[in-house]
Amino acid sequence: MSDSSKDHWYPVGLLSDIYTPRQTLLFDQEISLTHDDTGFVVKKSGGVSLPTIERFGHLWTSLGQPDHDLFVIPEADTPGRHLVDVGSVKVKCSPLRAVENFLDIAHFPFIHTDILGAEPHTEVDRYKVEIREGVNEVWATKVKFFQPQAAKSAEGGIITEYMYRVPAPTCAVLYKTCPPRPKEWDIITLFVQPLTEEWCEVWPWMALYDDDSTMAEMVSFQQLIFMQDRSILENQIPLKLPLDPGMETPTQADMTSVAYRRWLKRIGYSYGAQMVAA
Amino acid sequence: MILYDYVLSASCYKIRLMAALSGQKLELQAVNFHPAREHKSPEMLKLNPGGTLPILRDEDLIMTDSSDMLRHLTRNLPEWQGDDDGWLDFARTLNETLGMARLHDVLGFEVDIDAARKRGVHLLRLLEAHLTEQRFDGMIFLTGDTPTIADIACFPNTALAPDGGVSLDVYPSIRLWMRALRSLPGFIEMPGIHRLHELEAAE
Repeated sequence: MSDSSKDHWYPVGLLSDIYTPRQTLLFDQEISLTHDDTGFVVKKSGGVSLPTIERFGHLWTSLGQPDHDLFVIPEADTPGRHLVDVGSVKVKCSPLRAVENFLDIAHFPFIHTDILGAEPHTEVDRYKVEIREGVNEVWATKVKFFQPQAAKSAEGGIITEYMYRVPAPTCAVLYKTCPPRPKEWDIITLFVQPLTEEWCEVWPWMALYDDDSTMAEMVSFQQLIFMQDRSILENQIPLKLPLDPGMETPTQADMTSVAYRRWLKRIGYSYGAQMVAA
Repeated sequence: MILYDYVLSASCYKIRLMAALSGQKLELQAVNFHPAREHKSPEMLKLNPGGTLPILRDEDLIMTDSSDMLRHLTRNLPEWQGDDDGWLDFARTLNETLGMARLHDVLGFEVDIDAARKRGVHLLRLLEAHLTEQRFDGMIFLTGDTPTIADIACFPNTALAPDGGVSLDVYPSIRLWMRALRSLPGFIEMPGIHRLHELEAAE
């Protein structure tokens, strides 16, 4: 099976951080980010320039030949939202594990206790998962879960509704009930930069309606949530994400994860994946 | 009292924890340390020319050293005071080693990571030896039977060592000490330091 992993766009830095030259990795290869009069320049260690896209507060690049534009999130463009650069956190796990964890609801009461979930409200009701053929994306909809403090702007417990979307192999978008504006969705994303197959840099980004919190408070809230996940992610075994059913037995609540793994296999994405049944 | 706070900072957590354990209310002012480096902004440098966090403000008094803050919070609480000075210095070295290893591994700070981890492991061995001696003498905390600011100062960077790639598996006395601290009434958690789950015997 040919591997399509390099032919996608990946986040490698923040657009707001133009003054700090950055050396980093993408697919085990060293790349450098600099900024000159013409804008951002991304180069491989041999000096070869790589293509760039500036979107969602981040700089994106690719080592391969993407035959498609980077996805869009039209909802994020509606006026009045705060666009929040959360900054990156490095994690010693497969990039795919980081995305899969973001798609999981069942861990909320145990890892994000009293914030995104609380015992005894641990049951994940049945929801809908599909691979949308036209756009080639994974979607989970009609996800409902009890949350004690769903967002910085939420007071008290509410039933929160979510939609999850995987528009690219290492990117996930969460649409979530917006406490101050019930008709809109808050948007929380996880953009993952694959450093190696077992090491990644995670760039959360948000487009929120929240007139009560400061930017620092919104950033802190999301960093707190993600750091609660980090130690769990670093302890998952095997480090790579198994795409074939084996030792791991999924439950009803894992339908999104099952669809995500199936979809990765279908599009021939193997970087960070374990292809042999465990 | 206002604490200029960063949610992932071990040193800020020390102050939040001390206040919580002693039942004192802090007004938290979130600072965008990462990614915006707001602690180096002109407004914050006016408050603390050193450009570090935490900063604790009690009316006209501004403190920028976490040991000073722990002393200030417990100035009228003799039960939280012990033979602390050496351990407050020790806590500073934990921050320079295990703390920097964590900032390297999590936020990508430029650090001599091998040296930081090696010195951190040396400190953990000293801590383990001392806590084991304490256990032989029937004491669980650093300076006696009850916790003092010495314990609160040393706890966060020790407990967060795995974030910087340093395992705590091989230090049974440190693990017991951390468990004792986590079981204190009023204990609060931070990412990487979990609350204790209720202990229940299996049926």
